[in-house]
This record gives sequence, C-alpha cells and structure tokens, in this order.
Amino acid sequence: MTNRETRATTARREGANPSLLSIRDVVKRFGPRPVLRGISLEVTAGEFLTILGESGSGKTTLLRLIAGFETLDSGEISMDGVRLEATPAHKRQVNTVFQSYAIFPHLSVFENVAYGLRAKKTPKAEIPDRVAEALAMVKMSDFAESAPSRLSGGQQQRVALARALVNRPRVLLLDEPLSALDANLRRQMQGELKSLQREVGITFIFVTHDQEEAMALSDRVALLRAGYLEQIAEPREIYGEPATAYAAQFIGQTNLLRAEVRDGIASAGPIVWRTFGPAGTATYSLRPECIRLVPTVAGLTAAPDVSTARFRGKIHSQAFGGAMDMLEIDCGNATKVRARLPNPGPLSGEHEFEFYANDAVRVLEGGDE
Amino acid sequence: MYSRAYKLLVAIPPIAWVTAFLLVPYAILFCYSFWSVSAIQTVVHNWNLHNYWELARNPLYRDVLLRSMRIAAAVTFFALLLGYPLAYYLSFHATKRKDLLYQLVIIPLWASYLVRGYAWKTILGTDGVLNGVLHFTHATALLLSIQNLINQHVGASHQIALVPLPFLLYSPFAVVLVLTHIYTPFVILPIYAALEHIPRNLVEASHDLGSSPWSTFRRVILPLSLPGIIAGATFAFVLTLGDFLAPLLVGGASGIMISNIVVGLFGAAYNWPLGAAIALCMMIIVMALLFATERLEKRLKVS
Repeated sequence: MTNRETRATTARREGANPSLLSIRDVVKRFGPRPVLRGISLEVTAGEFLTILGESGSGKTTLLRLIAGFETLDSGEISMDGVRLEATPAHKRQVNTVFQSYAIFPHLSVFENVAYGLRAKKTPKAEIPDRVAEALAMVKMSDFAESAPSRLSGGQQQRVALARALVNRPRVLLLDEPLSALDANLRRQMQGELKSLQREVGITFIFVTHDQEEAMALSDRVALLRAGYLEQIAEPREIYGEPATAYAAQFIGQTNLLRAEVRDGIASAGPIVWRTFGPAGTATYSLRPECIRLVPTVAGLTAAPDVSTARFRGKIHSQAFGGAMDMLEIDCGNATKVRARLPNPGPLSGEHEFEFYANDAVRVLEGGDE
Repeated sequence: MYSRAYKLLVAIPPIAWVTAFLLVPYAILFCYSFWSVSAIQTVVHNWNLHNYWELARNPLYRDVLLRSMRIAAAVTFFALLLGYPLAYYLSFHATKRKDLLYQLVIIPLWASYLVRGYAWKTILGTDGVLNGVLHFTHATALLLSIQNLINQHVGASHQIALVPLPFLLYSPFAVVLVLTHIYTPFVILPIYAALEHIPRNLVEASHDLGSSPWSTFRRVILPLSLPGIIAGATFAFVLTLGDFLAPLLVGGASGIMISNIVVGLFGAAYNWPLGAAIALCMMIIVMALLFATERLEKRLKVS
C-alpha cells in the first residue's frame, strides 16, 4: 500500500465518520508541575489512535482525562460535540483496559465481565449471552467460572478486554496493556488487538511508549513530548516525514544532519545534497536504510543525477544483524552517519555511499520550550 | 539446607516458652476445674464434674455469660460503626492529614488502660462533665431513651427518669461506652490495613464500568475489606468478652461481666476450681470463635 492510497482510505473514512472525540487546548498540572501543556487533537470514529511518548510525556494523564479519572485545568474534551467535563467517569461511554488489568479478585471471570452490564442495569436475561459473546471474542469461553488468581497475565489481559468491550463503549482506552507481557505473547496480542478492533469497529485509543508497537497497530500515531503534541500522523507519514528532530529520533533510528543551505545545496560537512528548502542553517533527518553502498573501487565518481547525493567514508564499525547490518561511517570533519545495509558482507576501509536527496527530510529542531 | 541440630536449636526457645507459660498453666487450670473445695476452704483433689454441673445449673453464671456476650456484641457493633468510616476516610480521602490522623488513632493505645477508665469515671459521674453538659443543653431526655434502649438490649433493668443521670456511670451502658472507646483502635487498624491493600485501580475500574461511588463501595470496597472487618470484629469481641477492668471501674452491679466472676472466685470467694471451669468454658468459646473467623477469612481469600 503506498502513501497515497493510505491517505485516500483515511479521507474516505473521515468522510463517513466525523470527529468523535475532540480534545482542545487541554492543560493539566499536578501541583506546580505542568503535565499537559495545551494538547489539541481530533479522534475519528472507528480509528485506532496510538498516543506514543516516553514516560513523563503525559500520555497516561491524557488517557485518564478522557476516562474521567482526572479533571483538567483548562481546555475541553467533548464527545459528539458534548463537553465531558461535567460527566463523572461512571457515566461516560468510555471504557478502559488498565495497565495492570485491574481484574476484581473477589469475582469470577464471568462476574468480572458482567460487572459493567449489571452496573448499567442491563436486563438479567441478556447478561449471560453478552458475557459469553465477549468471552468468545477474546477466546476465554472456557474460563468463565475461573477465579482471576488462577489466570496467567495474558489471560487476565483478555478478561480485561472482554470486560471493557462487553459494554460496547464509544471509545476504548488502552493504557499500555501489553507492557507486562513477554515478547512473544506481546506480538501475538498485538495482532489480535488489531483484528479485534477491525471486527468490533470501536474507536481505540492506545497508549504506549513502544514505537514499534505504535507503528504496527495504529491508523494514526500522536507523539507526545513533555506535555506537548509533537506530531500526529499516520505511521508511514510520521516515519517518512517526521516534523521534528525529536520525532525522527524517537520513531525508528535516524541520522540528524545539521546542514548549511545555500543556493539549493545543503552541506553537512563532507556530505552535500540538493534541497528545495530555504537558505540558512537547518536540520535534516536521513534514515540509515536510505543510505546505499556504491559498488565501485575507483575514486569518488560523479553522482548519476542531481537527485542522488554521494559521499565517501571510512567504516568505523559494523554490527551484524541478520538481514541488515548496521554500519557506522566516519566521513571526516567529525561527521559520522549510520547506515543500514542489506547483506553487505564484511566491510572495511573507505567506501562510497549514496542516498536520494529527497530522503533527507528537513525537520524542526525541537527545543524544550 | 539447615542441619537437624540447627533446626532443633532454633525451635527450643519458642517451644520452651509456650510450654512454660501457656501449656503448663492451662494444664493446671484444666485439672483444677475437675477438683472441688472442702467446707474448710481447701482444694480437694477428688476428680468430678461438679463445677461444670454447677455452671449448667446455676442461672447466675449463664446470665452473666450471656450478658457479657451481648456487651461484647454491642461493643463490636459500635466499634465497627465508628471504626469503619474513620478507616475508610483515612485510607481513601485523608491525603495530607493521613499521618496525623493515623497517629491520633494510635496515641490512645499508649495511654494506660486505667487512666482511660478513670477519665471516663470523671466524665460519666453524677457531677461529671457529661451530666453538666447534658443538663445545660437539655439533652438529658434524649440520652435517657438511648440508654434505656441499650440497657434493654444488654438485658439489664434499671430505674430511670432521674435528672441528672447518676447511672450514666455504673451500668452496662457505661461498660459498652468505655470498651468501645478502648477497643475501637483495634478495629480501625485491621480495617485500615485491608483498605490500604485494595489496589486503587480496582476502584477506578469500577467507576469506569459504570458503577456509581456508592455501588463501587458496596460491590468492590466492602467485599475486599471484609477480612479486615472480620479481624477487627474478632479483636473487639474477644477482648471485650475477657475484660474485667471496665466493668470493675464503671460497670457497677448491673454491669458485671463473666471475668469479674472469675476474678471473684479466684479471690475473695476462694473457689479456684469453679473459677477454672468458667475460664475453660470461656476459652473454648473464644477458640471456637477464632477458628470460625479464621475459616471465614480463608474462604474469602480463596474466592
């Protein structure tokens, strides 16, 4: 699927489902410490939105504000155009899957899942069927009568999911639900979560600090940094066209090149490429996998056309990584770049490398404003 | 891992302690309960069931034992009624004042039992603080009815309608009041500990699933704090049942409890065998109670 196609599908979906949850200028402080410093974003009905950020970026606080566990200091959160501030948590059409699952230890799996239905006075006759349906959805039908203490972490995770989904919420909030699982189980649950979300069509807001998880699962990723929204975009876009140096570094690996731009030419030490950006100093992000090895032994050859940039460098280190090796290349003038090359074999000494000029993306140098 | 000799060595002090200070005295008590007292007030070692027969036959002992259990039940009830809300507030809502309030709960435990008992005497006495205040605020009539209610519940008859209330002191009412004051901290602490152990995200999960605060309390907090309630109630009941100082200080004739009778039998009455029989009966009651509550707590923890 190309970038253009993805955007077309998103546009279609947005056309069918307008904004469901609207977050505007949200500010939250804990004492004197600001945790969210003016976040605005729109959540589309049916989308899988990931809120990504390091610990302390405010991502969990944003989730808790939506759930109603915290009150905001300023700004507004509204669902279908109705402001939520006055609605207490237990009256919001939002359910949460907690990081540590929060399964009620004194109730059976069945009663845990039925909890929300009973709280909302669902007709008694309807409850067994809906619980069974929810448990089947997460493949936990055989455990209905079990005590939660007998379940593994992954099973508790599934019960927590069923317990939230059985209420058919407008929005499902997931607070790092996979972080306590081991790597294999985690990957498996990621796949299941994604297909579950497609199946039920409920809007998922998923909080994580794991950028790979964010990329794999989401329709869109909202990157938070120290209480600010750094960038919100589809995974491919945020990876391919990071808005800031921080976004480029946080999502995947990158080389940040501080370049001097003059007359459409950017030069970062010995590396020179064509650019359409305005003159002055600028930071560019160049992904390691965008750099290729030029198979020549002679001296520096001319680039085949202006859209390709070539440079020479000494192999500083090479780390074998199966399909791709990670190389550190010393280009002189204290400029080092990292390149990810497919099966280059053992390399040493000086080599020639190239990249497409357009792959060097101009990014904003984010300060701690 | 450890050698047999080491394990034996470590086990000796507790075994010796329990044997010397618990098993041997109880064995002696057990023997005494089957002996009797002669006409010239000496203990005769002729084995018989006379003392137990006396307990079953004489309604005095049965009545006092029943009254003691009613007083213990009343103290347990009031201590829970006072203690649970305080423990709940302490655990869930006292953010900055938490440590201070916790200390305030503990501090009375440092004051001597006798000091607290005598303090109540000065409060409850005919010319005491309480009567002064009640008289001044015309609240005497209201309290009379409450006191009447408690005395009825505890099974003591008392003439009332005197102003000021001379019998605030020397009544089952006074015993219940003083013992509630003394044993409420013992109820608060286990309940507080149980409440503190409830993960807060369970409360959030309950709200998240659509439960109102009251329904969350009823369906999550209360069931999960039940082990603490049982432990606290057991403390209050067992400690009250065995108490003899409060009835002695503020109980008067109508507030006498079973331990006072045991004390009397071992003292002035010089009938150790009968006293031993009563003590053993009480011990059996208490042990049965502890056994039952332990079973209950275990069952709650499993499910």
